Amino acid sequence: MQKLSASAFILCSALALAACSSTSLNDKAPIEDLSGKTTQGADGSRTVGTVDTQSTDPLKDAKGALAQRSFYFDFDSYVLKAEAQPVIEAHAKYLSANKGRKVIIQGNTDERGGREYNLALGQKRAEAVRKSLSLLGVSDAQMEAVSFGKEKPKAQGSDEASWSENRRADLAYQ
Amino acid sequence: MMNRHFFRFDFFRLLALLGLFAAAAAHAQLRIEISGVGANQIPIAIAAFADEGVAPQQASAIIKADLARSGYFKIIDTGVAISETTPVKYSDWKSRGANALVVGSVQRLADGRFDVRYKLLDTLAGSQLSGLAMAVQPQFTRLAAHKIADDIYEKLLGARGAFATRVAYVTKAGSEFRLEVADADGEGVHVALRSNEPIISPAWSPDGTKVAYVSFENKKPVVYVQDLVSRQRIVVANYKGSNSAPAWSPDGSRLAIALARDGLTQVYLVNAEGGGLRRLTNTNAIDTEPQFSADGQSIYFTSDRSGGPQIYRMPADGGEARRVTFQGGYNISPRISPDGRTLAYISRREGRFQLYAMDLANGQELRLSDTAKDESPSFSPNGKYIMYATETGRRGSLEVASVDGRTKYRLSTQAGDIREPSWGPFMK
Repeated sequence: MQKLSASAFILCSALALAACSSTSLNDKAPIEDLSGKTTQGADGSRTVGTVDTQSTDPLKDAKGALAQRSFYFDFDSYVLKAEAQPVIEAHAKYLSANKGRKVIIQGNTDERGGREYNLALGQKRAEAVRKSLSLLGVSDAQMEAVSFGKEKPKAQGSDEASWSENRRADLAYQ
Repeated sequence: MMNRHFFRFDFFRLLALLGLFAAAAAHAQLRIEISGVGANQIPIAIAAFADEGVAPQQASAIIKADLARSGYFKIIDTGVAISETTPVKYSDWKSRGANALVVGSVQRLADGRFDVRYKLLDTLAGSQLSGLAMAVQPQFTRLAAHKIADDIYEKLLGARGAFATRVAYVTKAGSEFRLEVADADGEGVHVALRSNEPIISPAWSPDGTKVAYVSFENKKPVVYVQDLVSRQRIVVANYKGSNSAPAWSPDGSRLAIALARDGLTQVYLVNAEGGGLRRLTNTNAIDTEPQFSADGQSIYFTSDRSGGPQIYRMPADGGEARRVTFQGGYNISPRISPDGRTLAYISRREGRFQLYAMDLANGQELRLSDTAKDESPSFSPNGKYIMYATETGRRGSLEVASVDGRTKYRLSTQAGDIREPSWGPFMK
């Protein structure tokens, strides 16, 4: 009897916590996680619900939109692709909400051509990202667009796969 | 017999001395391959210098290598050492096909220095053309030999030799980048800067005491000027965005640089000690790689204002730019010869990035390389050669081409990449 009421209590509080966390979160991903765990069925008494105190940085959420920090460019292109827009918006929202955070935008190119001209081309890619963030209201003081040109290639090969991997701008939060 | 013993003795003594200098020479791993020789070479006999084995480096061997590499000389071995005081029978050398004969000696002085003496003899006229005597510290025997080679080059070709000059370049081995300074023949390597982040675009100050370069050690490109002797270095440009492409004004007081502080990369002037920033170009395109002309009146630079990158020229204080290159859709990295008459640059043609030289008087171009990934040309201070980076077998190497396109040689390292050459100025 005592045992039963205790587990009922645990179940209730777990549900309450789940409800609590679902109302307080503004990000969708964690809610989906929780609902997955509460539909355990018969063994629901062993369910452990997660409370998010909101003190964890959404930047650290490996599944969130902010986890995407690389933007890829076509050959000889310095224009952000359409698919980059939601990611840019997520970062813009985060940076606007966290004025203390700073981000370095690092532009890169593939290995073909001169080092200095590539440095300028990488800057153009970083600048494209910076401008998009700026249009969405991110303060200039929070951003710096720099270029690594072809000096710090992520992919070392000399083929199209490596080149397209290296035609990229990365966000590096400070 | 006497000669052989003498040689052996000296050889072992040389080995012992080499051992002493092994630590200093640990980085000297540059190898030279000569792949082309010019026509109309001057046949010159170069004798071993009497007693030259007492010095840490064999002067006559360095002189021979310098002159052979230049492409303008055919070296005739004498087989014997001949001192500058030995009487010479000119007709013997004439009959051996030599138009000139080089003789000399090396002596150890009481204060530890070496007295290096030499004479250049004209075997056809039967007279002395030149001669030098230098008392040098042991570590400068190599330099003394280069100076003798310079003298021979000048007396026989009428143009100043550049063998006694130095080059700066960047090596990459594993994750380590080094800015190194070596003699123009790749020997006598000194490490000026060691870093785990890239180093690019080294540029010698006109007096040869400092090198400006771009280092990524602060996670972004920043322009530094480093005093080679004192190791003191200053940040010349660390503005918001990328800072790059330093080029000295001929008087050494200012640097033209490329900054991206206002969005796109543009050309600016800055004082050599930093500060005094002035913007020179104002376009919504890329303007980079500025280079002063030798007279300091103009700045050549790369711009893609017309679409692809092309080379332009503008007054050194800014103003209207005139396009200089028209052949091909990709022309970058302008360098101007010391006499202002030749423009060296890299052009992409059919997917190959190659070194070209243009006669600025008539716009005539000459392709100087057979390689496909050429970068960063740099004129020798006498304007006769261009050193540039290229790639052989996925490895960076340096090549030197004569501006007339007749001769070529390569400098490579055993380990890692070598790139970004900058040929230093004549030194006093």
